[in-house]
Amino acid sequence: MVGAKEIIKVQNLVKKYGDFTAVNGINFDVYEGEIFGLLGPNGAGKTTTLEIIETLREKSGGEVFVDGKSVDTQQDEIKKIIGVQLQAAGYYPSLNLTELLSLFSGLYNVDIDKMKTLKSVGLEDKVKAKFKELSGGQKQRFSIATTLINNPKIVFLDEPTTGLDPQARRNLWDLIKSIRDNGTTVVITTHYMDEAEQLCDRVGIMEAGKIISLNTPDALIDELLATGFTKPKDVKGANLEDVFISLTGHEWNDE
Amino acid sequence: MKKYSQIRAMLAITKASFRSSTRSPSAVVFTLAFPLIFILVFGFIGNSGGVRVHVAVDSTSDTLNAIYKVMSNHQAINLYSDSDSEIYHELKKGDLDAIVHIEKKDSGFVVKVSTSDVSVQNGQLFKGMVKEIISEMNLHVMPNIALPFSMEDQPVIHGREYKTIDFILPGQLGFSLLSTGVFGTAFVFLNLRQTLVIKRFFATPIKRPYIVVGEALSRMIFGLIGAIFILSIGHFAFGFTMIHGFTTFFTMLMLAAIGLIIFMGFGFVVSGLAKNESAVPPLANLITLPQFLLSGTFFSTNNFPSWLQPICKALPLTYLNDAMRKVSFEGAGLLDISHDLLILGIWGVIVYALATKLFKWE
Repeated sequence: MVGAKEIIKVQNLVKKYGDFTAVNGINFDVYEGEIFGLLGPNGAGKTTTLEIIETLREKSGGEVFVDGKSVDTQQDEIKKIIGVQLQAAGYYPSLNLTELLSLFSGLYNVDIDKMKTLKSVGLEDKVKAKFKELSGGQKQRFSIATTLINNPKIVFLDEPTTGLDPQARRNLWDLIKSIRDNGTTVVITTHYMDEAEQLCDRVGIMEAGKIISLNTPDALIDELLATGFTKPKDVKGANLEDVFISLTGHEWNDE
Repeated sequence: MKKYSQIRAMLAITKASFRSSTRSPSAVVFTLAFPLIFILVFGFIGNSGGVRVHVAVDSTSDTLNAIYKVMSNHQAINLYSDSDSEIYHELKKGDLDAIVHIEKKDSGFVVKVSTSDVSVQNGQLFKGMVKEIISEMNLHVMPNIALPFSMEDQPVIHGREYKTIDFILPGQLGFSLLSTGVFGTAFVFLNLRQTLVIKRFFATPIKRPYIVVGEALSRMIFGLIGAIFILSIGHFAFGFTMIHGFTTFFTMLMLAAIGLIIFMGFGFVVSGLAKNESAVPPLANLITLPQFLLSGTFFSTNNFPSWLQPICKALPLTYLNDAMRKVSFEGAGLLDISHDLLILGIWGVIVYALATKLFKWE
């Protein structure tokens, strides 16, 4: 992405919990309008990095700028232009979706068309359902809907597809792509490589608090192939997941 | 762009939190059901009328005389008869207050009254009644004797009736406020932390103090609705006295609000100390139970032994209950109960100093 504008700048970011260094001097930029993925195994420091950028966590060192604003001094300004999805719920379980949307429209000081919002994530027939009654995929879709209420420049999604079945994952991928296509920058963490390959324009691979590689998925694969790597087994034109999806359908469903 | 309003965001939290509370069974039970049950029980058993003494007539008594007749028609005397061994057994147990033996002699009738040291008061009371009956009957038989000493009844001065409900209801209201404040607040903030609701709030532009005030406001509204409910049921169903009507009612509500603020402070402390949900009840009970028992919720603290008195006098609920009773029954205003309010205020300062030290955001 030559000439693209950096919307997030992370420079020498360090986070320590006591003696443990969770994030160890990482550098990366996120460009406006892309889906940027932070990949890595559990405990690699993805969520910590994300939460520092989201102003939810203090950093131990380095600099982070979001849309030109410093996370040290302009937290309030940053919060107004980002949408955040946490790894786990974050909603009053006994409230229904309309009531929760009222809450967030108050929290962000914006008036919204609740029906339109629910429609955008395929939950229009769940208007009166309580949050705790939703399935895993529906919870994630609702959660994403709340991140879009304030029309943010950037949304952060922390492992949005963990624990979902294949249909729900693909639904979510479509939703995330449509958010990007509407001009919103998306930062996502995942430990599923197929997801990153499908979804992300660029990925940073984290391990033990460091970014060990950063490029487009394609380029990363090419780099690997250039070293003479070959897969031990001949790959067929489809895999078992493709079979499952083609058999069970791929539309919004009630999961 | 319009300026971001923290108040609008805060009220959105209040509304959501209030809705959430009304759907929580435990919140509804603690705030309304428990106090209501106690009020119902005490409301119904409370006013059974004046004192009655239970007296048996032994088997060898003469019952064909005027004294027996007067006793058996006496409002405050319940007469029983049974075998002699049985009635003496019951006298020893305290089920009977006295046994009478009425004997006919040549000169007239003699009433022998046996009492036990188990029910001294009622025994004395009954002896007094017998003396009164006898002297009246003597006068009746010999009306012309001039007595050097006598007593004349004057009309009874009608005092304000202090009903059981007048004592019980303020205590129950105080207890309801205590449990709503402590349990409710502790659970709400622990849940907010555990379900990450509060973390999700942090990701929006609202500032932290507004989150806490928003939640607290919802508890406050919930608690005050409970108070209005308890006061209304008490007043309309059981004749709870609110001496100056609406003024008293509003003063009671203001007191309730003050009490709630302090008790919510305890709730903040508990939510800060509790690592998980199962740690809340023991900690919260540690705060509520002693006050439930020792703060004059059910019985006046005057009845407690003197070594317990200093503890009773240290608990905040004692002062809230005390103030509530003064307001409802004696018609005190906030100025008249300033001593109670001062002590509640001191508790408030202590509790909130602790709460700000212990409060956990995540």
